[in-house]
Amino acid sequence: MATTLNINGKAHQVDLPDDVPLLWVLRDEVGLTGTKFGCGVSACGACTVHIDGEAVRSCQVALSDVWGDVTTIEGLGTPDAMATIQQAWVDHQVAQCGYCQSGQIMQAAALLAENPLPTDIDIDDAMQGNLCRCGTYPRIRAAIHDAAAKLKEV
Amino acid sequence: MASIGKILRRTFLIGSAAVVGGVAFGAYYVSRPAANPLKPGKGETALSPFVLIDQEGVTLFAPRAEMGQGVMTTWTALIAEELDVELDQIRVLHGPAAAAYYNSALVGEGLPNKGYDVSNFQHNLGEALGVLGRTLSLQVTGGSTSMKDGFERMRMAGATARETLKQAAADRLNISRDALKTENGAVIAPDGTRIPYTELAEAAGLIEPPETALRDPSEWRLLGQPQPRVDIPGKSTGTAEFGIDVRPEGIKFASVRMNPKLGGPMNGFDASVAETMPGVEKVVDLGTGVAVIASNTWLAIQAVEAIDVDWGEAPYPPETDELMAEISKAFDAAPNSTMRDDGDVDVTPEGATELTAEYTVPYLAHATMEPMNATALYTGQKLDLWCGNQAPTLIQFRVANVANLDKDAVEIHTTYLGGGFGRRGELDFGEIATKVAMAMPGTPIQTTWSREEDMRHDFYRPAAIARMRGAVKDGKAVLIDGKVASQSPTQQAVGRYTGFSGSGPDKVLVEGFFNQPYAVPNYRMSGHIADLAVPVGFWRSVGNSHNGFFHETFMDEMAHAAGRDPLEFRLELAQSEHAPSAGCLQAVKEMSDWTGTTADGVGRGVALTYSFGTPVAMVIEVVDEDGTIRISKAWIACDMGLALDPATVEAQMIGGMIYGLSAAVQEEITFSDGEVEQGNFYDYDALRMHNAPVTEVRILETNKHLGGAGEPGTPPSMPALGNALFDLTGQRARTLPLSKQFHLLI
Repeated sequence: MATTLNINGKAHQVDLPDDVPLLWVLRDEVGLTGTKFGCGVSACGACTVHIDGEAVRSCQVALSDVWGDVTTIEGLGTPDAMATIQQAWVDHQVAQCGYCQSGQIMQAAALLAENPLPTDIDIDDAMQGNLCRCGTYPRIRAAIHDAAAKLKEV
Repeated sequence: MASIGKILRRTFLIGSAAVVGGVAFGAYYVSRPAANPLKPGKGETALSPFVLIDQEGVTLFAPRAEMGQGVMTTWTALIAEELDVELDQIRVLHGPAAAAYYNSALVGEGLPNKGYDVSNFQHNLGEALGVLGRTLSLQVTGGSTSMKDGFERMRMAGATARETLKQAAADRLNISRDALKTENGAVIAPDGTRIPYTELAEAAGLIEPPETALRDPSEWRLLGQPQPRVDIPGKSTGTAEFGIDVRPEGIKFASVRMNPKLGGPMNGFDASVAETMPGVEKVVDLGTGVAVIASNTWLAIQAVEAIDVDWGEAPYPPETDELMAEISKAFDAAPNSTMRDDGDVDVTPEGATELTAEYTVPYLAHATMEPMNATALYTGQKLDLWCGNQAPTLIQFRVANVANLDKDAVEIHTTYLGGGFGRRGELDFGEIATKVAMAMPGTPIQTTWSREEDMRHDFYRPAAIARMRGAVKDGKAVLIDGKVASQSPTQQAVGRYTGFSGSGPDKVLVEGFFNQPYAVPNYRMSGHIADLAVPVGFWRSVGNSHNGFFHETFMDEMAHAAGRDPLEFRLELAQSEHAPSAGCLQAVKEMSDWTGTTADGVGRGVALTYSFGTPVAMVIEVVDEDGTIRISKAWIACDMGLALDPATVEAQMIGGMIYGLSAAVQEEITFSDGEVEQGNFYDYDALRMHNAPVTEVRILETNKHLGGAGEPGTPPSMPALGNALFDLTGQRARTLPLSKQFHLLI
């Protein structure tokens, strides 16, 4: 049975079994590959997207359980029109291999939406579910602080 | 990133053009320039395999894999520096698999010298042997060699291209080439007229490239300065294409299960349930494993896991303690190598205090963030393979064999790598994807491994044991006699790559062990190879990853036995042996305000490892917070001679350290019943935001030779942490991972 999902402001008809995780709907059906597969068990955060603004691990949300509007990294901003948080990632040259960074950015964006001026401890608490094997944590932390400052100016 | 394949199809037709590049090697047969892989079409010219100029602009090719180390940016900066183009005005692509992209530095690493003490003669010999890389077509990203490899050749490619374009302009204007300048992608005439390179490209292709000299470093605009990485905007917007993201028209998705008793046979399987599951299109018998092709990766994973398989036994002892006992037995046989044997270690100097210690480290997985995957399209006459990989020519050769095709009928499309660390230098993921695609000719199939499949089918960093004996006298080390035993990843890899088993002394097994820059008069270091069939491979910093821990923990034990401050003890021994190494120790001493004493509840440790031509010293601080130990701070000093991009070097040092600390704290691969017990990040975790230290890096540039950056940060991290824990607790860490012995914050 076809399900309708609202992704990045656009309606998508999806015809897949109910238990297929949102991650694999996005990647293999809708063609939005910015959201990454890392572990499949909510242990790495690479698949983080927003549902109604809340950061969730899309590998753990079944298609039939998607309860609201989905935003992925592609919906946050584009190379020509980056969101403030994405620009901070570029300014601080955060990415190395880059594979985990979509998830890191989506998690950080949700943190800033909830807490506009996070402390280091707030960042530790919010970001520790997001694994980075390249060890970019210091630059992620700097980029989050910078994005918070820039968003405050606006 | 645009696909090289698309551009090749779109713009390149069969043709020929003037080829330069590798001019430094032009005099000898083995150094004759390899065939230019870029075949330009009408209106285009391939000035060298690294530069292409057409009507649309300038494209530079970075044939080393971008796995996060910034090679794409720094490599192109080397060309752009001489070619006078701006990084934001050009297109940068991974090159295709081609012999012209051989790695000249990698083979030089195999020479049996210590590295830090090479004379100019030996250094040149190392470079001369590097041409073997070309004869073997070793287009490999590894061994922290990219900058060593590209440093001369890329600048020469840029300079030659520039002078050829100037000659084309000189011919057109009928003036001397010397009267012309170049700037931002154009030749500038004496009257200020700009002639864009794009307009000169076709004429330049007909000109014999003039010889030219490289610019003096004092004239550099780009090199030595941080450059914005060309891959970062894509990686910050979800638009960078990794292997797992390629979507050729009509793609289907597969997943695989190979025998978890690694290397064992498959006796049979029952796929009757899997065949009825949603989305399943085909079950594929791979001989030693099974795959399912489906409409969606997740459906493929569900189905492949539903197959009931009868796995045969592993060709190695099935339990960890049995494997460790086998490794230990290797000490009983003659050593495979003794690459350092100074003085006489058999006689303990009169009046010296002797000490011994044994250390053990476990098998480790690479655990790249992007699980192994590759996408293949097989038509019967041709094979296209898309994947992130560290060795395109090797993978091309291998999958051509698998598909029974000529090498030229195989096109390798290298994407970004979601982590390499050595894992993507293996060929298995490409081979499996090819076999799966051959079951459905004409349809592109992406074969993705589950995280568990990836974790349990790695080529592991081998477990290793070291037995150390040393002696100290009058506050100094006077004797070190070390033996290390482990499996040999090099022997195994040579066998996997070539089909012939490697033999002879294995330098990689003892790197970071025999070649450490300390003036100790009696110094012998031997390597013993354990002959086991557990798959082992190259893990970031390879032999240094265990030997750094062994050597530098023992140095700490000797310093304490000698009653000396461990940093001063090392500094004194390094000063007369290798000044850049001593400089790194001095730097971390200053950066950390090292006094030799710490406040209650705080511990500090130091370590130095010379690897890949680069000494790295590290001080790590640990803090006891109500019984839980946090790694709070780290100071790193490195000296690779010339930091072509200091911001990238800093990132590599911190990343290399965190990769090492992650292993030191909690990573361990164990075996039970022949199978790897760990499966995912909940039982094979790494450092995260909350437990990674605040880190400061200092880059020194006194080293005579250009060293690596991607790996040297890893080895000293583990002993520096263990030594800090000793300072805090008085307990010596002789076995990794440390969370088994200490209550570390995880």
